[in-house]
Amino acid sequence: MTSDMVNINTDNTISAPSQRTVSADELLLRAPRARAFITGSEAVSEAVKRANIDMSIAYPITPQSESMHLIGDLYAQGYVRDYYRAENEFAVMAAVHGAALGGGRVFTATSGPGTLRAMEMFPVWAGSRQPIVCAFMCRGVALPPSIQPENIEMAFLLDTGMLMFHAENAQDFFDMILAGYAIAEQPEVHLPVGVFADGFFVTHTREVVMLPPDDVKLPAYSPDIAPIQPFDMEHPPVRQTRDPLMNKSNFTSYAASASWHQEILAAAERARKHINKYMGGLIEISNPNAEIMIIASGTAASQSREAIRILEREGITVGLIKVKSVRPFPTREIIMATEMAKLIVVPEFNAGGWLAREVKASLNNNDRVLAGPRVFGGMAMPSEVIVDEIKKVINNKC
Amino acid sequence: MKQVNIDIRMAGLGGQGVVTAAHILGTAVVHTGKYAVVNPFFGAEKRLAPTESYVRISDEPIYDRGEVMYPDVIAVFAPQVITAGKSHSIPFYSGLRNGGLVVVNSEEPVINDKDMAEIDKMGARAVYVPATKLAVDFAGTDLATNMTMLGALCGLAPGLVDLDSLLTAVEERFSGKSKIVASGTTAALDDAIKSKFDRAAALVEKNLVAIREAFRYANR
Repeated sequence: MTSDMVNINTDNTISAPSQRTVSADELLLRAPRARAFITGSEAVSEAVKRANIDMSIAYPITPQSESMHLIGDLYAQGYVRDYYRAENEFAVMAAVHGAALGGGRVFTATSGPGTLRAMEMFPVWAGSRQPIVCAFMCRGVALPPSIQPENIEMAFLLDTGMLMFHAENAQDFFDMILAGYAIAEQPEVHLPVGVFADGFFVTHTREVVMLPPDDVKLPAYSPDIAPIQPFDMEHPPVRQTRDPLMNKSNFTSYAASASWHQEILAAAERARKHINKYMGGLIEISNPNAEIMIIASGTAASQSREAIRILEREGITVGLIKVKSVRPFPTREIIMATEMAKLIVVPEFNAGGWLAREVKASLNNNDRVLAGPRVFGGMAMPSEVIVDEIKKVINNKC
Repeated sequence: MKQVNIDIRMAGLGGQGVVTAAHILGTAVVHTGKYAVVNPFFGAEKRLAPTESYVRISDEPIYDRGEVMYPDVIAVFAPQVITAGKSHSIPFYSGLRNGGLVVVNSEEPVINDKDMAEIDKMGARAVYVPATKLAVDFAGTDLATNMTMLGALCGLAPGLVDLDSLLTAVEERFSGKSKIVASGTTAALDDAIKSKFDRAAALVEKNLVAIREAFRYANR
């Protein structure tokens, strides 16, 4: 009966006009690319257009609204098989989970307070091993309220079990969403992927993005390769939530739950080689031999690049470790890339400093880490601020 | 070596097309082979509320994101930006780089003596262009003010972009060759402006005439 359901889902393909199926390797790694001058929101739509999506469910929130609106347009054009606007973010995240459990490839996106409202569902996605790809257009939450860019919500999601990639710009946003499906749907991974971008800095900014042709798309998702079968009452995780045996307070139920937890964490570890393949690594390094290294993700990496330019003109060489994958975290890569570093600067667009905490927890001699500068509440981070922080340390040592 | 770059801040009122103007200018620049990054001020949208947009232009890839804090060029689309404080940046010239340029849409001087002295001190210059009047005279609607502002900027700031590339970008914008949606309300405004003209082609043609006239005015 299960296989019949699978067939119904996978055969129900309304082909968008003249798109042919190509492998993820072809689409991401080999297809020729052409320049487009587009916003980050449009880049999301371009990725979804090529992702052969069965279902996308929207609930608008700034700065996510434009991209999910554009995906509604894709539905009207036949590129997305089903689409609707749900009651709220919790409903969206619960419904895409249902669609994924049923064997479909799904996409959705949200921002800040929407992320928090839907919070309960993210560990559920991971717990049921669904390869859902969700974009997070990060913005302020109510501390105090702001619709503007900052990425504190990423701190809240670090231990939900989902893979987390942080896009620096519209190009990354496009690539990471498509790579997200390629990685999430590996049988040995099969976990949800969150693709994060700093709202407005990426979503509302127009820049050149290199795109593969739009007459190709990923092959349809096949739930047959999943480590768990589509919605099936006899296997974990559904059996786990359904079956009284599993929910009882006894050793068997604890052991079953614990081993399932461990398997989710192990699956994230197994994602590393696929991240290396489809995203070119968990980190990206510029000026690897510099004694001063900046470790940054998202827009903070861009602002760091400008700071490095300014310092270069003054004869100060600074390197950059751009963190692309936050989960799994590139612990080994960062240890190796900072072996020579005497100063490690971690600029961030949030008040909590979650990346600095991750970095400090990864390194032995972490008094090298300068946990800042930080901006939040929607402020921009002029590259001069990073330059000043670095110069302050240099001048104190002289 | 310092890269050759121009950072522009456009300030006006919601609905004037300040964001659309930035997207069009950025598109024109990218057509010439240079790099451009465009973004609006990151706020909620309201008609007639202060609105800013930013264009960064360079010969090199641009990484810098967010508001332009130190502009070379400030384009003021509505005199109320200066006279009524309808501006995110107060005073409106804050952060202006030495030797910079301020272009103000107004038929008469609106910058007070104190502010003018500050602008002079920076070695910057302020120029008034009757952009709304030019829009009404040549495109038949004040909704083309963003077009005449672009034409004037093109004429006043050599090295920004050439007029032909600008005109091509405008044609693309309204012919649907490249869809630029500045915001959720832009589509509604598009319909409003299209209703001012008989056909979309007439809209493009009148806009192009208005831009050329503003360019000519600026070069006088």
